[in-house]
Amino acid sequence: MTPWALALRAADLLCVARGELGGLWLRARPGPARDALLDRLAPLEPRRCPPGITDAGLFGGIDLAQALASGRLVGRAGLLDTAPALLLPMAERTETGLAGRLAAARDAGGPVLVALDEAAPDEGAPPAPLTERLGAFAVLDGIALADLAETPPPPDLAAARAVHARARVPDALAAALVATAARLGIATLRAPRFAIAAARANAALDGRDEANEDDAALAVRLCLAHRGTSPPETEEEQEAPDEGTEDGADAPPDRTDADRGRDDGDAEGDGDAGADRLVEAARAALPPGLLATLRAARARRDAAASSGAGARTASAGRGRPLPPRPGRAGAGRIDAAATLRAAAPWQTLRRRAAPDDPRRLLLRPGDIRLARSERRTDRLVIFAVDASGSAAMSRMAEAKGAIEGLLSDSYAARDHVALVAFRREGAEVLLPPTRSLTQSRRRLRALPGGGGTPLAAALAEVADLADRARRAGLTPSLVLLTDGRANIALDGTADRARASAEAEELARGLGLPALVVDTGTRTAPALRALAAALGAPLVSLPRAGMEAALTELPR
Amino acid sequence: MTGPFPFTAIVGQDDMTRALVLTAVDPRIGGVLVMGDRGTGKSTAVRALAHLLPPIRAVADCPVNSARPADMPDWAEAADTRVVSRPTPVVDLPLGAGEDRVTGALDIERALTMGEKAFQPGLLARANRGYLYIDEVNLLEDHLVDLLLDVAQSGRNVVEREGLSISHPARFVLVGSGNPEEGELRPQLLDRFGLMVEVSSPRDIDTRVEVIRRRDAYERAPAAFLRDWKPAEAALRRDILAARKRIARLDTPEAALRDCAALCVALGSDGLRGELTLLRAARAAAALAGADEVGRDHLRDVAAMALQHRLRRDPMDESGSRTRIDRIVGEVFGPAPATAE
Repeated sequence: MTPWALALRAADLLCVARGELGGLWLRARPGPARDALLDRLAPLEPRRCPPGITDAGLFGGIDLAQALASGRLVGRAGLLDTAPALLLPMAERTETGLAGRLAAARDAGGPVLVALDEAAPDEGAPPAPLTERLGAFAVLDGIALADLAETPPPPDLAAARAVHARARVPDALAAALVATAARLGIATLRAPRFAIAAARANAALDGRDEANEDDAALAVRLCLAHRGTSPPETEEEQEAPDEGTEDGADAPPDRTDADRGRDDGDAEGDGDAGADRLVEAARAALPPGLLATLRAARARRDAAASSGAGARTASAGRGRPLPPRPGRAGAGRIDAAATLRAAAPWQTLRRRAAPDDPRRLLLRPGDIRLARSERRTDRLVIFAVDASGSAAMSRMAEAKGAIEGLLSDSYAARDHVALVAFRREGAEVLLPPTRSLTQSRRRLRALPGGGGTPLAAALAEVADLADRARRAGLTPSLVLLTDGRANIALDGTADRARASAEAEELARGLGLPALVVDTGTRTAPALRALAAALGAPLVSLPRAGMEAALTELPR
Repeated sequence: MTGPFPFTAIVGQDDMTRALVLTAVDPRIGGVLVMGDRGTGKSTAVRALAHLLPPIRAVADCPVNSARPADMPDWAEAADTRVVSRPTPVVDLPLGAGEDRVTGALDIERALTMGEKAFQPGLLARANRGYLYIDEVNLLEDHLVDLLLDVAQSGRNVVEREGLSISHPARFVLVGSGNPEEGELRPQLLDRFGLMVEVSSPRDIDTRVEVIRRRDAYERAPAAFLRDWKPAEAALRRDILAARKRIARLDTPEAALRDCAALCVALGSDGLRGELTLLRAARAAAALAGADEVGRDHLRDVAAMALQHRLRRDPMDESGSRTRIDRIVGEVFGPAPATAE
């Protein structure tokens, strides 16, 4: 099935299964492909739900303009009550508050949701409470106009829905889908339910009463693949550090994933050969493209997961205002429009109380609304950790302990942290900016050691990360933990002299407030030079003075 | 008539269901915080519990669910003051809800159309004598958190606006849920929750299949499913009611008080609130178990959920608070089986 046919099928499934499938997460830029797909969703009669929608718009309320004009109460129904389906444009910018409400409404049988996610690859994803409830996922990247020509005619929905009412998924197949979700490391139990619903709807679309393995395979592709992640306790620890590297550097993906599956079976040791066979059957039925999809999706999902707190800050960087709050005049910037809106309904009442007041508008202190924008601790502390063989040999454990201490401090200050590790030939971002302590801890603990010291590559990665962080409105600073014995140049060759020179040069251009922590047994001259180039204080392990130095970093 | 998914049909998640039942026995325990993965039945459990609980007797038109007409706040206008049965209220507090909606505000409709001052009660009023449920509680805006802390502390909601001064009782069991990967809770809010439990998705495939199977059965034929679970629901309801009766005359021996104190000192948990919650939860556990007095078994049973969120944070502690508590409980009380009397 081509990506385009798959996306269309996702839309058709949603039209048939509706609430059972919950919704569609559509990752696509505006364009003819997206328009064509939205046309396909027309039977759902979706209404647009702009990201800035108010409570009154969602839940209904008073039509203030009408009410003021006519002097009587004019109500307005909310989208949640009237729309059978909601279309969320720019879903990646949906506020958590709105996402929470939509999610709650969906749980209570509210409108089916179609999220139009226009995020750039490194921008994260719509809020998790929302994506959790969107059954199917489709991507429209790389779909050409020529593909659109091959659009099959829309299905006969009335017929499909009639079959759907009596269609069922055999228990064994349902169990296989549940097991597949578990194998993919998907914690939520909504996912397998969506997969079962999708399989059932797919059977119905083809006019069958009973779902078969092909339906299940399609369901896995649409409902499970994009959620795939590894169970954190087992595989991610070993897998995570490699996740960011180029695919070519890894073992062939097919083998890795198949092995992983088998390892899982052994590790769980449930001894249920029947279930295992079902899982294998489901796995064998997976479309060939799935594993690749899974890898890509997992990388994205990692980025998305880690941006739980980060994404909100990104939106702060773009200056998204928060809803105005009541406040006192002088306590902040007054939001004039909101203040007037707050005062408007009370005019009749106040006029009655003070008929002789010459003022046209009767404002009270309680009306004052202050404009707010997302303001958080904007500092991002990037920890760049030397995980090379030389560092690992000496004081890796101590360094980890020190970072954990620093992480705690950063956490206490509500800072964001990011983790960059460097070893062997390069550096990688182990953890994009986040405030989640749980994640930082997990990633740090999984940090393996060994190999050369690609210090320059690490600094390049830090510079890159810092750039992105600045764009997102964060103020980055750097804590570099290394013994300073750089021996891998930027191009990955082992050349001690060039490595040091490159590192120094990059350090000079970095322009970040920094702190260098010497993890070596005695300070290498190159490290002194590096610290000087960074303009950073140099402290050595054990942690003496490190906390103090950290607080010195500018906010 | 269909109801929510039955409480007793929830597969696994013993800690969560146990904590919720304990608060149903004694609401003064002060709420439950459920942290863990999405899609593990957190909100299902809360809604199911409310349906399981016996209905409350309340004045029909009273906005704050007063038990007797005499208890109604003076601003409340009730056309119908008969005392009727109604289900235990469960009120959702949506993220990003405005303060007006939470605390209540002047009735905009009346002000606009009739120029009258009248109070329109908010979510806190509706939650009185019931449950206030906050999903994704760790994403709640700070100003709402402050407001909730204040009300939860005092049990009263006070609104001052337009020369109107309104106050009404707002006693509710606060139930929060969230996913720790998305941010942590402020310690002040953590402390307000009586019990905290962690939930995770069941690891074992059979359990997962069973969860899906029950859910599917419920959705396919809710009436039949509810009928099948009715006896179990009724039994649990009876147990809760019996425990509520028993808890009043339950003895708390001196030894249990000393045990509570010893445990809290050994754990270094802050403040007396932990000790008090521990004792209340243990009393509820004892009452549920049909015991005549609180024993070490009951304390052991509830120690983790009552205390794990009150320990001085060591954010990087490898073992996690849970293990720490289990270890210290073992040290203070001796190994588990040995204490069986």
